[in-house]
Amino acid sequence: MIKKFIHQFASPKTYLFQVTRAYPYIFVISILIYIISIFWGLFLTPEDFVQGNSYRIIYLHVPASFISQALYGGMAIASAIFLIWKVKLSAYLVKSIAPIGAMTTFIALISGSIWGIPTWGTWWAWDARIVSTLILFIMYLGLISLHDSFANYEKADKFLAVLVLVGSVNIPIIKMSVEWWSTLHQSASITISDKPTIDPSMLYPLFGSMIGFTGIVVCLVILSSKLHIFVREKNKSWIKDYV
Amino acid sequence: MKPQRKRRLTTVFLILISSAFGSFLIIKALDTNLDFFFTPSELYSQNIPDNKRIKVGGMVLEGSVKRDKTNIIFEITDYKNSITVNFNGIVPDLFQEGSGVVVLGYMNKDVILAEEVLAKHDENYMPPNLEIEK
Repeated sequence: MIKKFIHQFASPKTYLFQVTRAYPYIFVISILIYIISIFWGLFLTPEDFVQGNSYRIIYLHVPASFISQALYGGMAIASAIFLIWKVKLSAYLVKSIAPIGAMTTFIALISGSIWGIPTWGTWWAWDARIVSTLILFIMYLGLISLHDSFANYEKADKFLAVLVLVGSVNIPIIKMSVEWWSTLHQSASITISDKPTIDPSMLYPLFGSMIGFTGIVVCLVILSSKLHIFVREKNKSWIKDYV
Repeated sequence: MKPQRKRRLTTVFLILISSAFGSFLIIKALDTNLDFFFTPSELYSQNIPDNKRIKVGGMVLEGSVKRDKTNIIFEITDYKNSITVNFNGIVPDLFQEGSGVVVLGYMNKDVILAEEVLAKHDENYMPPNLEIEK
């Protein structure tokens, strides 16, 4: 049963039909959640006792940073699946996630810089957390250009998957950078083991913004992967019927 | 699992392990150079020449801030050792006694002549009225 389900979903055709059906629901719900959370975070939560109002950029910075690392994690898993089981769809996903990841990492870096000006007194510092995130951004750009530099798609998929796996070592480094080294960036406020060090009145909209932002990014990944499926499967008969 | 897939699984693990090991070696070799700043205790244990630009971080010692026009003198502490900082300029809004700070500058006779003062804030966020209750 499960095996059959996985086999079916691994076919680009089923994937395309299913995500097309789910897309409008995910899109509307996540946009709504994000707008409500942003409104809640900007107007209904109190200001912070140290940072005043400037902390409110957290409702963009944290979701963007979280999702840029989560997308890379997703790419790494998809790459492993592609290399081991040769599932074509996961190679398509790796290729279509890369530009979205680059975009969210860029948002994380820019929002972090904007946040740094009023609080730290600088928009950039060569700090372990910031530099490892910059490396993540450059890596995303590198992955995109690597895939584009091959004329042969099969070869490109393979090299891309290997490079994604090699680069995945950066994700725990980003995560742990604030613990391992003395950094200007503060430690995590939300951890699995401890109580969050952020007041509940600010935490709930933060969770909301993370869920909403993740949903929006999932929608972008769906669009990007659909486009890539059209490109790659354009000679298949089902695509011709579909279009 | 088919033997072919098993072999590819091993390859995937080998890629992961070797890249993790490689970056571990790089990080090990860079050692404390990855730290954004020294703590005052580290500063005393390492001999730092006067002409080397350094970053020192810690807490602003309470009661140590003395202002004279645009000049500001304060002590950075890690609650074991502390060091005096002399800075001429505008400090960030978050600069306060008892809060985190990172300064960039040169050592001069056990005083840091700072060129830049950055404020560090921690991971605690709460409304001001809750702070008073605590």
